[in-house]
This record gives sequence, structure tokens and C-alpha cells, in this order.
Amino acid sequence: MTTQTQAHSESHVHRDDIGARLGMWLFLFTELILFGGMFLVYSIYRFTHPEEFHVAAKELNTIIGTFNTIILLTSSLTMALSIVAIQKDNKRLSIFFQFLTILLALFFMVNKFFEWSIKFHHGIYPGSDTLLNEKSGEILFFGLYYVMTGLHGLHVIVGVAMIAFMMRFTSNGVVTHDNFIKLENTGLYWHLVDIIWIFLFPLFYLIT
Amino acid sequence: MTSDSVAVETNGHEPSYLEYQGKHKGILGWILSTDHKRIGILYLTAVLTFFFAGVVFGFLMRLELISPGETIVTAQTYNKFFTLHGVIMIFLFIIPAIPAIFGNFFLPILIGAKDVAFPRLNLLSWYLYMTGGILALLSIVMPGGPADTGWTFYIPYSVRTDTNVIYALMAAFILGFSSILTGLNFVTTVHRLRAPSMSWFKMPLSVWSFYATAWVQVLATPIIGITLLLVVIERVLHVGIFDPALGGDPVLYQHLFWIYSHPAVYIMILPGMGLVSEIIPVFAHRTIFGYKFIAFSSIAIALFGSLVWAHHMFTVGMSDTGEFIFSLLTMVVAIPSAIKVFNWTATLYKGSIELAAPMLYILAFIFLFSIGGLTGVMQGVISIDIQIHDTSFIVGHFHYVMFGGTGFAFFAGLHYWLPKMFGKMYNMKTANVAFWFVFVGFNVLYFPMLIMGWMGMPRRYYDYLPQFHPYHLISTIGSWILILGLIIMFTNLFKSLRSGKKVTAKNLWGGETLEWQIETPPTLENFEKIPVVGGHPYQYKDNEVTIEEEKV
Repeated sequence: MTTQTQAHSESHVHRDDIGARLGMWLFLFTELILFGGMFLVYSIYRFTHPEEFHVAAKELNTIIGTFNTIILLTSSLTMALSIVAIQKDNKRLSIFFQFLTILLALFFMVNKFFEWSIKFHHGIYPGSDTLLNEKSGEILFFGLYYVMTGLHGLHVIVGVAMIAFMMRFTSNGVVTHDNFIKLENTGLYWHLVDIIWIFLFPLFYLIT
Repeated sequence: MTSDSVAVETNGHEPSYLEYQGKHKGILGWILSTDHKRIGILYLTAVLTFFFAGVVFGFLMRLELISPGETIVTAQTYNKFFTLHGVIMIFLFIIPAIPAIFGNFFLPILIGAKDVAFPRLNLLSWYLYMTGGILALLSIVMPGGPADTGWTFYIPYSVRTDTNVIYALMAAFILGFSSILTGLNFVTTVHRLRAPSMSWFKMPLSVWSFYATAWVQVLATPIIGITLLLVVIERVLHVGIFDPALGGDPVLYQHLFWIYSHPAVYIMILPGMGLVSEIIPVFAHRTIFGYKFIAFSSIAIALFGSLVWAHHMFTVGMSDTGEFIFSLLTMVVAIPSAIKVFNWTATLYKGSIELAAPMLYILAFIFLFSIGGLTGVMQGVISIDIQIHDTSFIVGHFHYVMFGGTGFAFFAGLHYWLPKMFGKMYNMKTANVAFWFVFVGFNVLYFPMLIMGWMGMPRRYYDYLPQFHPYHLISTIGSWILILGLIIMFTNLFKSLRSGKKVTAKNLWGGETLEWQIETPPTLENFEKIPVVGGHPYQYKDNEVTIEEEKV
């Protein structure tokens, strides 16, 4: 009995960093294609309703958008720094940078919350009378705006949860200077979240 | 299925994965196991359960169509039947059947590995599969009743109908996730866990097709995921995306739907083709003809298959250029499929063919798939497609490909590998009898559909004009023969698991691939030590002549 259990547990000790990274990249592909589907919808509707997209984009607050872009870019930096820190075996610094990343992400979400609530206040939300009285291109623009930034926001929240786990893993020694593939994969995911925003920002805010 | 610990202590002999006692006992030892073989059997149990449910709905549909007018159910109920039949058979049976059951069980063994790359993720995909399956079943019992949109969920009806479309959509969404994770796992497994001596061109052909399938799963499924999610969002929150009342474009939905769902057809058929390439050499006792051509044609199918989706939509009003390109590409896909068929038949040539149950199903596969494939090429011709679009010709065609193809390959796989998986042999005579019922029933059921579709019988109608009556009657009788065959087949298989002859021989059929060099049933770790692979995967000793020919 005991010898078997050992054999069994050994088979799960098997560690393959390249494999784990390959799996993560494949997963990121699927995420890109998931958003790619929406970018496809966006580009087709923008092609068929150029004027209305132009008018609707004026409703968005470019300043908050720019601010959020800077926040997210900085958070990508802190994420990368936390990986460098763990590679140099500086556990505390790594945890600090991870914490900073979470903080910036939350900051981003707070901004997003205010941005959305102002729109809601103006009566621009899915299914509202104000919106349904507008031209179809504007309905589509705001539909896509809410869905795409909403789904992106969901990814930010998932990212925050993942980084929170990594903070725990770093502090209890699961993630170490010679075994940091978990943190590295989390970093990859976080950069993806960042990249998607980099495309969302000009497509929604800067097309006026 | 689990045994007591007495069996485990057989001295000096490694227990099989069925007897092995891990951390958990009983049922928990199964549903918490990350062993790829146990997960394969979890899938087997679940997939078969859903398959039987799908068969019941198909049977009821055929019964309704036995005579014109309302026979057993109303038009509305009939709509629900074909939706459930489609959703269950496609998302819960055909897509996961071969990759999730045989892929999980045999992919690691075929490449000389102990497990898949991510065992825990593997178990997670089973749980996602079950969640999706349960959601689909919930849609039946929750108030509102099951969806009546057809498995395609076309807008705007899927936004307007009162039925439980959301359950069905979410089910398909979650099942998509499960499928993605399985694909991701298999791609990584093939890249990272092949035995060191197993180079790419020493891989068995089924591994090539599992690999190609896995890529399609990874790259195509997210599109359907987001599309179905957008429909859910549109239904729940009235966000304008596809619904024309909210400014959207329903044709765009159709494009997005088929961008996934056509490649999905190849997710369904490629693993079946892999099994054919695997089983034919064993029962013809002959090296596979054109190994590299078969391997690359899998990749070519995966590639071209991703670029043909709009042939489902020739009647929606596309540009002529668009129709021309999609029509051309559709016919191009027929080439790699035909390459496979020719190579299979060339393998049979001068072979000493042994007509055991797995081989019978495979031969039927080639015959039925050829009918399905050629009727498919017919539909690629725009002028013909406009005539037969949305008729039962289409229904006949895709049942010939999906059921006659993948379904039969799955049955072949069951008869080929089940004794290896459980160490129990079924009654071979009964298996052959069941085959003939299934084969005859299948043709009697689906061939009339091709004929009456050509004459103009629309699909998805619960009623029809009197001149179609004879065809519908024959078709319904066919469904009874088919179901009788299925009952004989599965009774035989299930009986073998309970009281079948125990087999311990490693090589049951004389196969040359790695699964036949390990214990029956396999031990937990599959291999005592990582195997060393010699030459090509299908070298038959008494067949030197063909090995000479193998220099492609």
C-alpha cells in the first residue's frame, strides 16, 4: 500500500516549466481569440456605421480613459518587477510589487466604476429609453462598449485574485527563486489583460 | 469497479489502474482521481448516458414523422425535440466522444507517457463537462421548457422565444470551456511528454489526429464561447449586438456561429479518422499506406476546415466573390479527406483482412463517410446548395458524416479498446450481429432523407405533404432497426464488463502500437519504464514487402 502511494505521489512531482509555459501561452491564445471575436464585431459595425460610432465616442471621457491606461501600464511594470525580484531571491520585494500591482488594478476598477455610473446617470445603459431612441449605430457602440470593457473588467478581477494567490504562494514558499513558473504565468496573464486594454482604449475613446 | 485492498496486495505484480487504491476510496477514488485512464472512464460513463438521451429524442422525432399531421406530439414539442437532440448529440456526445474518452485514456499511452501534461486541469474539464451537461438537462425540467431554436440558436428567434434558451446557451458555453482545456492539455502533452525516442513521424496516426483536433479545439472554440455569451447578454440585459430591433445584424451572428461550428465538424470527424488509421492496419495485418500523407492530411483538414464556414450560409445574400471563394475552399477540403480514404483502401489491398467487430465498423465508416463526404461536396456547389438548403438532404448528409463517420468510428473504438481498458472480452459473435443491425438500420433511416430532401422535404418540419409519406415511413422503420442494433451492441458490451471472459494477454488484436505492449488492464503508471520506440508505428513482421514501400 505505502509503496504504491509513494509511486503515485512521485508521478505528480513531475515538473515541466516549459510545458507549463506552453499551456499558458495556449490559454492566452484562446483569450485573444475570445476578444478577437468581439473586435471582429466591433470592426464590422464600425465599418457599417462610421458616423454614429464617431458621435457616440464623444460621450466617453478621454481623461479618465488615459488615466486608466497609465495605471494599467504601470501595473504591468510592477508585475514584471515582482518576477525580477523573485528571480533575485528577494521575497519581500516581490511581494511588495505584487501588492502594488493589485492596488493599481483596484484603482483601475474604481475609475471604471465611476465612469460607468456617470453614464448610467445620463441614462446611457443597455435597454434604457434614452439609448434606444438613438440611432442603431450608437446603440451598438454602447452595447459593445459595455460588453467589451465589462468583460475586460472581469479579467482584471480574475487577475487580482490570481495575484493575491501568488502573494500567498510567495510568502509560504511555493513560489521561490528557482521555481517561479506560477508567478511568471500570472504575469503573462496580467500582460494580456493590459494588452487588451491598449486596444480597447483607442477603439472606444480616441475615435472622435 | 473498485476492488478491495486484498486484490491490491498481489505480490510482485503491479495492480491495474482499476484496482489501485489511492488516497480516496470508492466513488471518490474515481471522481477525485487525476489519472488520465480513470478520467477517460468518467467521460465514457457520462458521454454514453447523454448519447442514450440523444437517441431517445431522435427516436421520438422519427416516431412523430411516421405519418403526416400531428402523430404523437405538437409542433412546438417537436421543435424542442430537435433542439435537444442536436444540442445533446453535438455538444455532449460527438465532440467529446473520441477525444475525451479514448484521447484521455490512450493518448498518453500511445506516446509512451505516464499521464497528460496537466492532470488536474484534465479533471477540471470533466467537471466543466458535467456542469454543462447538467445545465442542458436542467433546461428540460425548468419552467419555460427546453429551447426550441435548433442547436444553431439563430438570432433573432433565440432572443425572442420564451423557452430556456439561456440554459442551453450557457451549457454550450461551459462545454466549450471543457473542450478548450482538453485541447490545450493534449497539445502540451504531445509536445512535451512523448517518450524521448518517439519522434514526430514515429507517432501513431491517431495521435496525429488527436493533435490536429486539439489545435482546432483551442483555436476555434473561443469564438463560439464569446458568440453564445453575447446572445446571453443580449437576452438578459438587452444590449444591442445581433438583434435587428436593437440595431444589430443577425447575419453577423451566423458568421460567428459557423466560424466555430464548421471547424467543430472537424473536431468531430478528425479523431474518428485517427481511429480508422489505427484499426485498419491491425485487422488487415498490413502497414498503413502513406503514413505521412495521412498525418499531413489531418493538419490540412484542420487548416482548410477553418476557412469554409460560410458555405452554411449561401442563401443569406453574400457577395458573389464571397460565395465563390467559400465554395472553392469547401471543395478543397474534400482533397485531404479523399487522400485518407484512398490510403485506407490502399492499405486493405492484398491485406489478410480479419472481419472482427472493430474492423466491420471501420469498413462501414469508409463506405458511409464516402457517401456523406460526396453529398457534402455537392452542397459546396452553390447552384445545388440553393436548391437543397434547409431540406432533409442536409440532415441525411450530416448524419452520414457525423454518425456514419464519427459514430461508427466511436463504436469501432469501443470494440477495439474496451477489452484493453477493462480486461474483459465481449461476445464477438453478438458484436457482429449487432453491427449488421446498426449498419442496415442506419442506411434505411438516413438514405430516404437524401431522396426526399432532393425532392424538397424541408428539415425541422413536424408535418409533411402526402407524397413524402413512404420515405418517412421507411426512415422511421430504419430508426427501429438501428435502435435494436444499438441495444444488442451495448447489452453485449455492458454484459462483458460484468461477466465477460477475463483477458490478460497484452496484445489482444496483434497491434503494433504501444498500448498493446503494456498490461491489460494497464497499471497506474502505464509503463514500468519509459519505452524505447523502434521504427515506424505500423511495421508488421510478416509483411516486409510493404515496409519497403513505406519510404514516402
